Amino acid sequence: MFGNFIDQFWPSTIDGLSLGAIYALVALGYTMVYGVLRLINFAHSEIFMIGTFAALATLNAIGLSAPVGGLALIGLVLMLAVVAGLVSGASAVALEFVAYRPLRRRGASRLAALISAIGASLFLQQLFARVLIPWWFDLPKEKGALPIPKHFTETVDLLSIGDFIIRNDKLFVILGAIVMMIALDQFVNRTQLGRGIRATAQDPETAVLMGVNIDRVVSATFMIGGVMAGVAAALYLMRFGETNYFVGFLLGIKAFTAAVLGGIGNLRGALVGGLTLGLIEMYGSVIFGSAWQDVVAFSVLVLVLMFRPTGILGESLQQARA
Amino acid sequence: MALSAALALSAAACGGDDEGSGGDDGVVIGFMGDLTGENSGIVIPPKQGAQMAIDEYNATNPKTKITLKTYDSQGRGEQAVPLAKSAITKDKIVGLIGPAFSGESQQVAPVLEEGKIPSISPSATNTALGKNGWKYWHRIVGNDEIQGGGVGEFITRALKAKKVFVIHDNSEYGKPLGEKVEATAKTGGATTQVDAINPEGSDFAATVNKVKSFAPDAIFYGGYYAEGGKLLKQLREGGVKARFLSGDGSLDKGLAAGAGVENAKDSVIACPCLIDPQGTASPASKKFSEAYKAKFNADTAIYSAEGYDAATAFIEAIKAGNTTPEDINSFLSKVDVAGVSKQVKFLPTGEPAAADVYVYKVEGETLPLIGKASEATV
Repeated sequence: MFGNFIDQFWPSTIDGLSLGAIYALVALGYTMVYGVLRLINFAHSEIFMIGTFAALATLNAIGLSAPVGGLALIGLVLMLAVVAGLVSGASAVALEFVAYRPLRRRGASRLAALISAIGASLFLQQLFARVLIPWWFDLPKEKGALPIPKHFTETVDLLSIGDFIIRNDKLFVILGAIVMMIALDQFVNRTQLGRGIRATAQDPETAVLMGVNIDRVVSATFMIGGVMAGVAAALYLMRFGETNYFVGFLLGIKAFTAAVLGGIGNLRGALVGGLTLGLIEMYGSVIFGSAWQDVVAFSVLVLVLMFRPTGILGESLQQARA
Repeated sequence: MALSAALALSAAACGGDDEGSGGDDGVVIGFMGDLTGENSGIVIPPKQGAQMAIDEYNATNPKTKITLKTYDSQGRGEQAVPLAKSAITKDKIVGLIGPAFSGESQQVAPVLEEGKIPSISPSATNTALGKNGWKYWHRIVGNDEIQGGGVGEFITRALKAKKVFVIHDNSEYGKPLGEKVEATAKTGGATTQVDAINPEGSDFAATVNKVKSFAPDAIFYGGYYAEGGKLLKQLREGGVKARFLSGDGSLDKGLAAGAGVENAKDSVIACPCLIDPQGTASPASKKFSEAYKAKFNADTAIYSAEGYDAATAFIEAIKAGNTTPEDINSFLSKVDVAGVSKQVKFLPTGEPAAADVYVYKVEGETLPLIGKASEATV
């Protein structure tokens, strides 16, 4: 049991961080929307799913003839991330416009928005399952792998010291997530729109009185969350090379868990929560067997919330400093 | 009622066959399974096989014609049970081919038992089904325990594997199958290790790390092709080169599609079913495959031969002059004719008397038959 743990410590750590990095990026969307609107956007997992399909479409359009590695892979992933980010960002804004804004305008309760979120989530999943995927791939509606371009990622071990092997795609995921995180942190803390977001999170009424355009802030929040999910989707496609209409479901739950674990509403908490959750899952499955992966992860969540109900970092967006 | 009729109609339309309304002198046999849902890909072939057998029989202008009526259960027990009830009371079926899956079989069999309607499933492989003491239930395919034993033996005999890593998806199908493979491999002298994956997840890195650290000669996966493909892809990307094997849940070109053709190359998939368009196993299956291709413009696929054989058993009974469910059922206990996939003969438990496990090899996106698991070599 623990012998395995020592044997597989390094590979598990790397895998845990790269899995956690994707959780963290998706968690940002949950956390930002919660921070601003006090709404759990359950359709966010579908925004991620849309991102994976946008990246896949780009990949199909490029039509690689051989797997790429090194700088070419970085360039490719960057391109996929830009496309997926834009598509996901736009989808998130559109989602807000259709599913939440009318409710918000009429002053509906937050529960109504929650139901709307679940409805939007189901709608988007089924839209892909029943209409878009069969149309696009000319497939019957079946559960199974979608055809992914054969050549994509060339995996290279960048650094290998004994068991400590870092593979290029895993490193890209971790670095990608951290770069996006720093960029977002700077954006929220340094720009005028970022200040607007923080102000709205703190006190929407006062923010309006101070001249913040709340609709613009909400749109921006959804946009940013969507972009992050799109980048995560591009990284996910590079790392796992597969997608489907239900791809966001479990990942969305995990990302939401990561957001709660780190402290919902807290941007840095999303990073901490994501990486922690990724590591816990990997270590847990080494020690107890992979079947226990989710049990371990959620047990840790319960324990953390018992002693720190606001999550590890516990701060919310409104109080985030510098 | 309207629903079941509509579903049967639409299923018939998509199969492109003509179904009469069953004249006074005819009998009705049902076919039940997931004909339009997610897993219809493995239910339409046995339906077509059964249709073919019955069309061939009707073409001989027999005294009692048979009508095949389809019931689309979508693979769900809660839909299958009312369909079975209406099949018995309204359509007066004398026998049922199906239900296709084990879960729905578990729920439908008691209904059929009560209505005294014999059934033959072409594809429900769960071992426990044969242990209920049902008198009207039969299947024409080997169960998971037989399959697991066949693969386990194949791994130690033909592959000469000393270290075997078994992965399963914790499902009611994958877990017992994987455990049976593990137990058989152990008996065959191999050392084993087991891990389970969450089929809903997408990252199997922890399992990959375990496999790497165990360094097995062969890996068996008990589960379905969608996750099997993802798992295999990640194993190969993680540098695991051991031979990959799986069971009938992965006998689909989707495995190679999900894993990538290169990664899936030379994987071995076992199945208690016989899919043999080339006629490697017997001339009968070659003849069957050619007729099937001519009729449906498709190659024989999973369980098409078993669907044909299940229909054959009923046809034999009716040929012998049995037209009531009770008579047909007692005939089934002594039927003994050559089918396409195997000798059509049942044990008192309803299990098939002959239950060979066949192995298939992944080549590109095709799955050619190698042979019986007990004899084949790779």
